[in-house]
Parts: sequence; structure tokens; C-alpha cells
Amino acid sequence: MSSEETNIGYSKKELPGSLGKIGFAILGIGLVVVIVSFFVDHTRAAFNNLIMLMFLTSVGVGGLFLIALEYIAGAVWSTPFRRVIEIITGIVILLPVIAVPVYLNLHDLFHWTHEEVVQGDYSLESKSGYLNVSFFTIRVVVFFALWILFYLLLRKNSLSQDVTGDQLLTKKNIRLSAVFMPVFAVTITFSSIDWIMSLEPHWFSTIFGVYYFSGTVLAALAAGTLAIIMLNEKGYLTKGLVKDHYYSLGALLFAFTNFWAYIAFSQFLLIWYANLPEETFWFLQKWEGSWMIISVGLIFVHFIVPYFGLLSQPSKMDPKRLKLMSIWILFAHWYDLYWLVMPTFSKEEAVFGWMEVAFPILTVGIVILAFVIISRKKNLIPVGDPKLKRGLDFRL
Amino acid sequence: MNDKILYGYTGVFDSPDEIIRAADKTAEEGYKKFDVNTPYPVHGMDKAMKLPPSKLGYAALVFGLSGTVSALLLMFWISVIEYPIVIGGKPFFAFPAFVPVIFEVTVLAASIATVVTMIAVFFKFPNLSHPLHDTEYMKKVSSDKYGLCIQAEDENFNENNVKGFLAGLGAKDISPVYYDSEEISVKHVLLEPKFIGILIVAAVVTSGTVYFGLNKLMFMVPFNWMVDQEKTVPQEASTFFADGFAMRPPVNGTVMRGTLPYQFKGNPEDAGKFLKNPLPQTEENFTLGKMKYDIYCSPCHGYFGEGDSRLRGQFPNPPSLHSEKLRNWSDGSIYHVITDGQNIMPSYETQLTRQERWATVLYIRALQRSLNAKESDLE
Repeated sequence: MSSEETNIGYSKKELPGSLGKIGFAILGIGLVVVIVSFFVDHTRAAFNNLIMLMFLTSVGVGGLFLIALEYIAGAVWSTPFRRVIEIITGIVILLPVIAVPVYLNLHDLFHWTHEEVVQGDYSLESKSGYLNVSFFTIRVVVFFALWILFYLLLRKNSLSQDVTGDQLLTKKNIRLSAVFMPVFAVTITFSSIDWIMSLEPHWFSTIFGVYYFSGTVLAALAAGTLAIIMLNEKGYLTKGLVKDHYYSLGALLFAFTNFWAYIAFSQFLLIWYANLPEETFWFLQKWEGSWMIISVGLIFVHFIVPYFGLLSQPSKMDPKRLKLMSIWILFAHWYDLYWLVMPTFSKEEAVFGWMEVAFPILTVGIVILAFVIISRKKNLIPVGDPKLKRGLDFRL
Repeated sequence: MNDKILYGYTGVFDSPDEIIRAADKTAEEGYKKFDVNTPYPVHGMDKAMKLPPSKLGYAALVFGLSGTVSALLLMFWISVIEYPIVIGGKPFFAFPAFVPVIFEVTVLAASIATVVTMIAVFFKFPNLSHPLHDTEYMKKVSSDKYGLCIQAEDENFNENNVKGFLAGLGAKDISPVYYDSEEISVKHVLLEPKFIGILIVAAVVTSGTVYFGLNKLMFMVPFNWMVDQEKTVPQEASTFFADGFAMRPPVNGTVMRGTLPYQFKGNPEDAGKFLKNPLPQTEENFTLGKMKYDIYCSPCHGYFGEGDSRLRGQFPNPPSLHSEKLRNWSDGSIYHVITDGQNIMPSYETQLTRQERWATVLYIRALQRSLNAKESDLE
């Protein structure tokens, strides 16, 4: 694209080369430590790798959901920064790569993969029609393929609109999004069941898919908000983005924080109330030893802090506060996944060591570098989108 | 004309962009008491009018939190203090079970109280009229025009200046709005005797009609099907069983839960020979024995077993428990008499459990020993 001034006051600026170098450095450090960790304790590393996989799935596929939502709802306020979320969503391409180490250590993570364990266990035997390695592999491959397919299709239409300005492309994307929504609902539900719930194959919770979904949207929104505000402050987007846009992002973050708490509590309340041993052990296991502190901390980290951090109207408009809260929510989502996954690895005590630090570092590196590479030679706002002008005029 | 009180000056604009610009200019000019009337909410108006953030949020917060607290207290009072019931093996203070109630009450209190606050405080209900009502201006701005009204209360208000200012903004139909003279002079309608009288009459008539209609015209016998059941109630003979009893006697040889039949009934010799006191001589057992003795035995035998009845001859006095013969009885024999009765003394089997009877035996032994101590007791 040329760097000529368009009528919406946007001039294309490439991201500074230093950002790519920083991303590369972080990625390098993270990658080295992660590789070392696989040699030191490959089981523990695989569990951490699983958290990283689910986190990046959240950010990537959740972003895809946000884009589809915008198209279906015909939202205009989010159009000016939809491209930023599209770029973040690009990490869905990397998901299969990140899933490889997890898949190679499947036997250490999921004990339903051991046939001798399943034999004679009535509960696992009756689930083995779903929980078996071959069907699991098929699902994983199909889900990744679907996500990447929809990402590529949506992106292609959106990018070619930059050049042509063709309104029909928006219509095409609306249709695609409408198809994607049910696909998203099914894939996100079953991938949360496959990757997280089946860590404890005896346990079941029908609300679990929704629980993971709520975290997914939060993580994608937080990542998007953070990127949008940082880019906008440095002048990479357009002047038209004002606090009304920020407010809407903050309101969505706030809403999904509440949604997460609602779903998480619903899951807990029903299991607590019914008091069935085959369900309660999952929570009891997270109440064991120092896991109790992590469990209680989850309420504060994932609900209380963001709730009060985003409660008032000015706090949703303040870019500083929003950035802080976005980082916090991303941390909270990682914390949530740690709480979901790690008790299976270490039943007695919560574990935290250099490995648990290395994987988030690698994740940050991956996201930054992916953003830099994908955004190269692209407009950071969808200049050809017919809704763009109205989106910039959006006021509360 | 001049006896009317001026409310303000109004001007009408054609498009939302114009009204935003006009509101912005008006606020910049220093006017504070002015308002904008549009057929639908115009985005960005708050900012253009330079309005401070609404205070309504604080009302919502305060009422919401009071809802939270009162729901928590309510649940606590019901489930822990007033009517504690164990439900599903949960503790009385089952916080997770309270959360949905707390959540609902919080939302309910916040939303209702916010609306009521808005109507009562911000809209000044029950103020039923407003000078702008029933004006040409209001007709226009509630269909397709955008209006601006600068109020006479504003400290910068000057009739000619305002007229000129509105014209300068490009407003059309610049016109004054006056208070309705009736609205000002009329007393508050809520305090008028006529209004209060009508209220009272309406209240009496409605409640009277409801009472008469429901209790006299539509009277129904109170629901009593609970009483009318296919079962035998007290003072009634069973029609089902031939012997007329509703309850069946237990099968021969039935033993009540927690009891054993007394095997030496009518056989004092064997009882004296074979029964041994199973209770150890502990303070606890002596205390129990004393209590039971004082209740059941002392009316006839006296507090110390001397046969000094408190019944004043209504019942023949029993012999003393300190006689040579009784002191030489075995525990089993005393136990047998308590259980089975002797001469005129009835059986105490139903009043005292086995343990209590043996404890009473222990206590009687202690009483006997107290009057006829052995030398070894001194040691």
C-alpha cells in the first residue's frame, strides 16, 4: 500500500524495527529456557506447554470470534481497529506448532490414553468412544484446520477490501461469520473438553465449554485492547479513535469479567450443592494444600480486581487504566488456566518455578513477533471498509 | 402579557449537527441553565453542553450495596438465627447458596432505586407539569426539529441578548415561553382537601367492595380437604378391621427397640442368685442412682430408706431398707423387686431403664452402708 494520506486521516506507518527485535529477543530467551525445561522435566514442561497452547487459542480464536461478532452485529464502533484484532488473530496459524510438544507428551498428560487404565474402569470405558487417541487426533486436526481456514478467508476479504473498497466483501464476510459462529461454539467447547476437562477424565461439567469461552473472549479482548491503545498512543492508528471507543472496549471487558464470574460461580454452586463425589473431587483437589490459596486467589485475580478496576465510567475511558487492566486480565486468564491444568500435575501442593515463568515469556515473545511479522506491509486500519467513517464518528 | 413570568427563550434547529454546534456555543457563551430538546438521543450532546458526569451512578452504587448488605443479613437471619434447617448437609451459614439471592437483590435494589431516584430527585416528581408542555416548541422538537431553550433563571440571562444570540446561532422560531399562571398559583394538589377526600372515599369504596364481594357474595367454605381423609381419627372406630382398632397389636414376642425382656419375672430366687450389677461404682452412676431414688423411691421409702413415707398414711409405709435381711440381700434381689414389684409395691420396669435400676441399686447399697459402716471403711 502507498503511504498516501487517505480521507480518514490515516497514513500508513510501519512498526519500528526495534519492536521486532525486542519480540525476537523475548522469543529467543523464552524458547531456549522452554527447550531446556523439556529436557529437565518433560512432564511438567508439557503441562506448561498445554497452558500456553490454551492461552494462545484463547487469544487467537477469541479474536476470530470478536471479528465475526462485529460482522454479524453490523457493529460500526469497532470497525476502525478491527484490523488490529485480525493481526493478533493470526497466531491461530501457529497453534498446530505449539500443540506438537503437547501431543508428543500425550501419555504424560492424559491418563485416558493408557489402555490399561481404561480397562476395567467402567466410567472411562463408557467414555472411550469419545476419549481415544485416534478420535482425539482427528478432532484436534479438524479444529485447527477450521480455525485457520476461517481466519484466512476473513482476512483475505478484509485485506482485499483495502485495495478495492468493494462493499460486497463486507457482505461476504458477514456470511462467513454467520457460518463461523456455530463452528466456533462447537470447536471451542470441544477443544476445552479435550485439552482441559479430559485431564481429569472422570470429571464432567456441562458448563465447562462456556466457562472456557468466557475466558477466551476476555483474553482476546484484553490483548486487542492493549494493542489498540498502545498503537493508537504512538500514532499508528488514526486520530479518530477517542475515549468513546476506549469506553466501549472497557465496557466489554467489564461485562465479560462479570460473565466469567457468573459462569464460574454457576459451575461451582451446582457442584457444591449437589455434593456428588464424582463431581466434587475436582474442586476438592483444588482445595488441597497450597492449591487453596491459588483457588481463593482466583476470585480476586479474575473477578474482584478487574471488577473494581473497571467499575467506574472514567476508568473505562482512561487509556492508562485500560492498559493496566488489559495486562491484568491477560495475567488472570493465564492464572485461570494454571488453576485448571496444574492440579493434575501436582496434586498435593501448587508448584511454581522457573518453568512457569519461561512459558509466559515465550508466549509474549510469540505474540509480539507474530504481530510484527503479520502486520508488515499492511494497513493497521481497514481503510476500504464502508463502515469505517461511521466507526470513527462513533460517540456515546 | 407582562404579568406572566418568563421561563425562557426557545429556538429551533433543523439538523443534529446544528444543534450540537448550538449547544457547544451556548455553553461556551457562559450559559448554564439551558436545555436541549431533541426527538431522539443525539450522541455527543453531553460533551457539547459541557454537562458534568451524571450523579445517578452514585445512587445506583449506594442502593446496590445496600441491597447486597440487606440480602446478606436477611439470608443470615433466616438461615442461621430465626429458622435454622439443615439442608443437604450444608452448614447453616451456607454462603454459596446465599450468593444468587444476594446477586438478585443487589440488581433489583440498584435498578428500582435508580429509576425511583431519577424520577423523584432528577425529574422532580410529583411535579406534573412543565412550562415547555403544550407549546408549539414542544410539538416541533418531539417530531422532526431540534430545539434549544435558554432559561430565564440563568444569571447571564438578558432577554434581548438571548434573542440576538439565538438568532446569531441560526435558530428559527425564536419565541419566549411563560409559566402557566395557573400552575404557579395553584396550591400543591397533594395537599388539597378535595384531593385527600377523594383519596379516602376511593380507598373506603374499593376496600369495602372487595371485602363485600369476596367475603359475602363469593363466600366459599374454607378449604378443609385435609381433614376429610380416608383414615381413622381419634374417637372413631375403624371400619376396616373387624375389631374396630385402627392400629394393629404387635406380633406375640415383639420386643421394643432398645429393651430386653426381664427374664426372671416372678422368679425372685433365681434373680437373686444369677443377676450381678453390671455398673462400676463411679460417681456418675451414684449420682444417677440418687436422682432416680429421690424421684421414684423416696416418696414411700424416705430419702434415707428408713421407711418414713411422705404420703401421710395414704399408702402403707414400707419397712426400712436398713434391716438385717435387706442388707444381706444380693444386688440381684433388690433389682428384682424394683423390676417386678413386691407385695404392694408396683413394678418400676416402665419408669426406669435397666441402667437406671442398677444405678438405684448402687445408691441403695450406699445408703445401707452409711448407717451400718464396716470398720474397714474408716481406713
